[in-house]
Amino acid sequence: MRPQTGRIRPAASAFAARVAALAVAALALAGCSAAAGSQAKAPTRHTVVVLAASSLTESLTAIAKDFEASHPGTDVQLSFAASSTLVSQVNQGAPADLIAVAGTSSMGPLEKSRIATDGIRSMAANTLEIATPPGNPGTVNAIADLSRPTLKVVLCAATVPCGKAAAKALKAAGVVAHVVSYETDVKATLAKVQLGEADAAIVYHSDVVSAGRWIHGVQIPASVNQTLDYPLIRLTSDPTTAEFMTYVLSDQGRKRLRDNGFLTP
Amino acid sequence: MRSVRWSRAGLLIPAWVAIAFLLVPLVALVLKADWTGMPAQLAKPSVVPALRLSLVTTSAALVICAVLGTPLAWLLARSTHRVTPWLRALVTVPLVLPPVVGGVALLMAYGREGVVGRTLLEVAGWSIPFTPVAVVFAETFVALPFYVLAVEGSMRGLDIRYDGLAATLGASPWRTFRTVVVPMVAPGIASGSALAWARALGEFGATITFAGNFPGRTQTAPLAVYVALESDPQAAIALSLVMLLISVLILGALRGRWLR
Repeated sequence: MRPQTGRIRPAASAFAARVAALAVAALALAGCSAAAGSQAKAPTRHTVVVLAASSLTESLTAIAKDFEASHPGTDVQLSFAASSTLVSQVNQGAPADLIAVAGTSSMGPLEKSRIATDGIRSMAANTLEIATPPGNPGTVNAIADLSRPTLKVVLCAATVPCGKAAAKALKAAGVVAHVVSYETDVKATLAKVQLGEADAAIVYHSDVVSAGRWIHGVQIPASVNQTLDYPLIRLTSDPTTAEFMTYVLSDQGRKRLRDNGFLTP
Repeated sequence: MRSVRWSRAGLLIPAWVAIAFLLVPLVALVLKADWTGMPAQLAKPSVVPALRLSLVTTSAALVICAVLGTPLAWLLARSTHRVTPWLRALVTVPLVLPPVVGGVALLMAYGREGVVGRTLLEVAGWSIPFTPVAVVFAETFVALPFYVLAVEGSMRGLDIRYDGLAATLGASPWRTFRTVVVPMVAPGIASGSALAWARALGEFGATITFAGNFPGRTQTAPLAVYVALESDPQAAIALSLVMLLISVLILGALRGRWLR
């Protein structure tokens, strides 16, 4: 435990944090519309449409960029949202080649007929962590602190994987958190902390790592923490899709995932 | 004769396509609902608090729109100052702004770290985000321009000589406004209220961004529909139908009384 020295933050970096959070919100919005719209496949370019859990935003974006650079003529289109949202989009016929969700239980509602033969691979694993604004203004040092009534805690909604996992961790720790909002996906949850509106949130370790210095992470002990496996599911038999899937699972792909705080096999 | 019939068809066909386009989704909502299970769906713990919160916050938003918006409409309609057109354009911005951007803007202004919000917290100890007040802020922010434009439209249609006549009879501007202008633009106020209220009821993006989503406190009916859609689609449909019914009833009542 280190002493708190008040909230001293240069105005410029506070502004940058807001711009970053704004970009996250814009990205989330773009994700919604991209998945809803129909993707026209250009004949000359090989397009792979990937729907992915929002916690994969930074890592899959980097992997897709690497893949496009090393495989000229390919175009990876990414759409990020809560896993539950993506699964219901696929069930309703959203055009997609791959879907990556947080937690094996998230793919439960996915219609089996939509999954390609032998199309499921485990791509990474993730654990939970408490996120606070830089400087930790609410002095959150342990999961038990989240019950403090003066604290504003934001969680993911119980319908999305991070919300389910957070509820399990809190239950295991015997903590009733002082929650002010249940957000629709993990990036929206993180944004509330990043903007300084909430004092703490339970997100994934990968989100804390990706956010870098804009977020301060507080460990959740392994005894109550949850580990989620991320299945990567192929929905079509398209060869470029298979190629991209192999690339995600390759050493280069796994390095990107590890750089962003995921555990890989 | 033939050409007349063809040109008529050329207008009628797109008109009917438009009607079908607007009505098919609403009919689908009615058809897809599980009518026998409806009472059970509506008794779910997420439904009633969401509807109650929506009704309370939209009513508050409407009162604020009327109290602040009517004088603003009067100012925009009557002022001949050269900045007035600019002012009108500025107050219209939230109308075209994506609501989620409005929510981010509200956070930047009234959030705990916001331009005004920081002072509010330091001086008065008030923190607006994540409260029902934040819901009212979000709803008023998106609804007020609708109200102002509707009322201003009918005030501009009003003959300015009534104002002059009232003034020659010794009425103050406030009295003229209250006893002459407002009663004469009552239909405009009614349609502006209906538009603003409907917009506030449907508000989603600014609310979830600025007020968050907490059952009973900031989870309005549209947020509850969105959250329920993934875990409990029938509850989402049931709640959607209630909102549809309320909207139709309010518009119907207004139509009978004022919107001839």
